Amino acid sequence: MRSEKSNRAPLGLKVAAAAGLAFMHVPILLIFLYAFTTEEKSYQFPPPDLTTQWFAVAWDRPDVWAALTLSVKVASIATAVALVLGTLCAAAVSQTRFFGRETISLLVILPIALPGIITGIALRSAFSMADIPFSFWTIVLGHATFCIVVVYNNAVARFRRISGSLIEASMDLGADGFQTFRYVILPNIGTALLAGGMLAFALSFDEVIVTTFTAGQQSTLPIWMLEELIRPRQRPVTNVVAMIVVVVTFLPILGAYYLTRDGDQIAGAGK
Amino acid sequence: MTVVAESIILPERRGTAGRLSDFFWRHPHVLLAVLLGPPLLWLGVVYLGSLFALLLQSFFSIDDFSGLINYEFTLATYRQLLSEANLDIIIRTISMAAAVTLVSALIAFPIAYYAARYARGKWKVLFYLGVMLPLWSSYLVKIYAWKLILAKEGILTWFFERLNLLWLLDAWLSLPVVGGNSLSVSYTGTFIVFVYVWMPFMILPIQAALERVPSNLIEASSDLGGTPAQTFRYVLFPLALPGIVAGSIFTFSLTLGDYIIPQIIGSSRLFIGQAVYAQQGTAGNIPLAAAFTVVPIVIMGLYLWMAKRMGAFDAL
Repeated sequence: MRSEKSNRAPLGLKVAAAAGLAFMHVPILLIFLYAFTTEEKSYQFPPPDLTTQWFAVAWDRPDVWAALTLSVKVASIATAVALVLGTLCAAAVSQTRFFGRETISLLVILPIALPGIITGIALRSAFSMADIPFSFWTIVLGHATFCIVVVYNNAVARFRRISGSLIEASMDLGADGFQTFRYVILPNIGTALLAGGMLAFALSFDEVIVTTFTAGQQSTLPIWMLEELIRPRQRPVTNVVAMIVVVVTFLPILGAYYLTRDGDQIAGAGK
Repeated sequence: MTVVAESIILPERRGTAGRLSDFFWRHPHVLLAVLLGPPLLWLGVVYLGSLFALLLQSFFSIDDFSGLINYEFTLATYRQLLSEANLDIIIRTISMAAAVTLVSALIAFPIAYYAARYARGKWKVLFYLGVMLPLWSSYLVKIYAWKLILAKEGILTWFFERLNLLWLLDAWLSLPVVGGNSLSVSYTGTFIVFVYVWMPFMILPIQAALERVPSNLIEASSDLGGTPAQTFRYVLFPLALPGIVAGSIFTFSLTLGDYIIPQIIGSSRLFIGQAVYAQQGTAGNIPLAAAFTVVPIVIMGLYLWMAKRMGAFDAL
């Protein structure tokens, strides 16, 4: 009797939790509604009528395409850099013991723990001091800096679960270090890296604060959106782009979740 | 004897890869250096170097007449930082960050508690994704959504009109500090958007802390005659506190440094982030901008130190 009672949530808690979740989701759902509105000049609610014409208009906009392409390119390269650096760092921290190990984790987290504006302005003044012109590569450099932590966190969590005896067994059976990495470690951390990479991509794809400081004339998709937010020119196109951004960022998040949810059942776990 | 020994100890490996592998095995420090070198170069030299260079600039000053940076060690910029107008900005930002953190904790706690204690199986997955999707969805899109909601012709006004409560909204907007011409140009609007954007970061750390509370502890409390309120006050809350503090690191730090939300939804009075942006951009006063960035760094340093003492990092 008692256990049955304690397994049912009090009504107040249910209502509070449901209200909290609704607060988180309703604004995003509204974006989907506004993408179909016929109203051009204001954010009128309820929309006078619904139409799909703005999707065609947005599709024909070269500036949207240019921004989208740049964002995808930056995010891809930043993710690749973050994957390499994050994995190296995670391997060093979890597989060896050395002086200052704790400091490394702090150093990796710092770019994301400090407000983005600090990272942005620090990089900007460093670039101007070193006479590096703002370009595609300065954006990538900024993004990779704060993407490392996402890959690192995912990889470290997985490294911790790999039993050390697996690696020793591989060595005992005559594999060299590279073979052990290729055939034992990589298959075990692969999904964690993929998940970390997807999150890093989503993070970079969406970043605006650091980008405003490290970009020259280029505009990534978030910069394009920011300009529309400050000076709305084409509200219907912005609505459509906003909806597409929501859909595009949802995919890697769902993918990362499905890749890491079975992480507990990894070989050698719990030893 | 020698035959046995030879078959136990393998011969040296052949090929570059094999020899390299043996070399790393014998010299683990070299391997460590190879592993740590690239990330340390990137983060330690590029990132920390830039950060340090920025902080150094805060000890320079700007010449009032020429507008050029005077490269001489001085504390004049910090004196400028502590002028009344700038202190106003700092206090405004810190109060906003504290209010956002408090309200975020209030909204996040029931969600985290339900997810940790009652949600099972399919519901647990739904809760997790229900938190992760808004947390990771685009920052600008979230702000944009609130621009739609808070606009004068938007859904919130429509909603109040339907309930015949428009007078309540108008009464709130006519209040001195939190009010304004419409919600989208008032502190209330800024506050709502800050809470909306940063609150999801609070949920997962609280949930992680609550999941470690054994349920028989709560049963024991009620067996001993504790009312639900007492159980919450003396058992649940103290055990969840490290999680709340861990979550508050995000809400507090992110609110401290944000300059886009108050720029798009808010009044004309500045926050720290906007002040930094204005000083380095239009004003061209990099030393003062750098001095401004010291404020959130110092505050977050103190905050992290306190959080560490409270054991909040175990809840991350």
